Amino acid sequence: MSCRVRIPSPLRSYTGGAPAVEAAGVTVEEVLGDLERRFGGIRFRMVDEQNRIRPHMRLYVNTREVTALSQPVGAGDTLHIICALSGG
Amino acid sequence: MSTSLWIGTRKGAFTLRPDAKRRDWTLSGPQFLGHIIHHIVQDPREPRVLLMAAKTGHLGPTVYRSTDRGRTWREAAQPPAFRKAAEGEQPRAVDRVFWLTPGHSSERGTWYAGSSPAGLFRSEDGGERWQPVVGFNDNRMHPKWASFATPDGQLTHSIKIDPRDPRHLYLALSGGGVFESTDGGADWTPLNEGCAADFLPDPNVPFGHDPHCVALHPRAPDRLYQQNHCGIYRLDRPQRRWERIGRAMPKKVGDIGFPIVLHPTDPDTAWVLPMDGQTVWPRTSIQGKPAVYRTSDGGKSWRRLDRGLPRSQAWLTVLRQAMCTDERVPRTGVYFGTTGGEVWAGVNAGESWRCIARHLPEIYSVTHAA
Repeated sequence: MSCRVRIPSPLRSYTGGAPAVEAAGVTVEEVLGDLERRFGGIRFRMVDEQNRIRPHMRLYVNTREVTALSQPVGAGDTLHIICALSGG
Repeated sequence: MSTSLWIGTRKGAFTLRPDAKRRDWTLSGPQFLGHIIHHIVQDPREPRVLLMAAKTGHLGPTVYRSTDRGRTWREAAQPPAFRKAAEGEQPRAVDRVFWLTPGHSSERGTWYAGSSPAGLFRSEDGGERWQPVVGFNDNRMHPKWASFATPDGQLTHSIKIDPRDPRHLYLALSGGGVFESTDGGADWTPLNEGCAADFLPDPNVPFGHDPHCVALHPRAPDRLYQQNHCGIYRLDRPQRRWERIGRAMPKKVGDIGFPIVLHPTDPDTAWVLPMDGQTVWPRTSIQGKPAVYRTSDGGKSWRRLDRGLPRSQAWLTVLRQAMCTDERVPRTGVYFGTTGGEVWAGVNAGESWRCIARHLPEIYSVTHAA
């Protein structure tokens, strides 16, 4: 099953500049795993070594915020990756 | 001898290269514009190799590696990370890689990294894959050693390898103290006797001190210097008691600061950059008059070096990784970068200073590459 992943500009160095990619998986974890296989290093920039989404990032499946990486993803869904910056 | 300075800033990496007289400097970069660069370090065993500790405000921390003197960079396949926490254990995640140190000359490809929160990591493949140093990160005393974080988080820094013995290591933990291992990092003991800890209710504690920067002399590795939150110190091993050589600094200047750098061949010569550590700790040049101080007798006396630096209203802050030498002898070049984005050079051992770059982002590190 594949979904669409919208890649924010800070992570596009991994996707060759692509603002969106297709990725396979039925959970957020599997989708991130597929991204990692194709764009090595991208997962650790979003998810720490304890499998927690980093403090200044949010993931959404469509409009629903991801609170656990086991959250399901359906065919045709869009995984949004949002980054927050502050402090100039 | 070719020389370049690598400047790590809050918004990317820059390089400065001099003409033959080290008078005119050419700035290039930025590389990794917008990335927070804490440290850029050349591998003396393979001078074409450099490692860079990077993160951004939102993305997780990582390490980049260059094998062509910094022209191109590739991300580590497995950046420093703590092991997965066991059930019921407090989970730890690397917030930033703060410090990089090449391993012993006999251990090609070995590197150490220090993180915030307090963590030590080791790579044996040139910085491509990093493993936690269990003897420090999971030491039964680690929760006590690393219990007091500063507002910027605990910082693991000043990782030093004894050039005579790859198993003899030192590291420093801000708000923790200096620690020593004689078994390659399997176990660690505090090494803080004689250091003041004025901020603690009991100043005579074995750890909990606040080293800002520790330096080990490469030609005389029994000689260590330390710029601490509470003074400047020297330690001659195998002694275990630090001597406060900052007491010889002028009273009105004091002996507070972040960096301390050593002469490449003379173990009695070191430079510091005093900062205001009074009241709420402004950490700026004292009275707005920046000066470097040099000792040439192991800390018995200090000489003020301020020719060429601003005479007044210059409130500079220089962080612990933001001062270095170019390892040249004689006429050793001394360099420092400020949080206001200026780089200053004293190419005659600091006797006089020139600003060689300005308008850079907040400078976190200044390192020399041959």
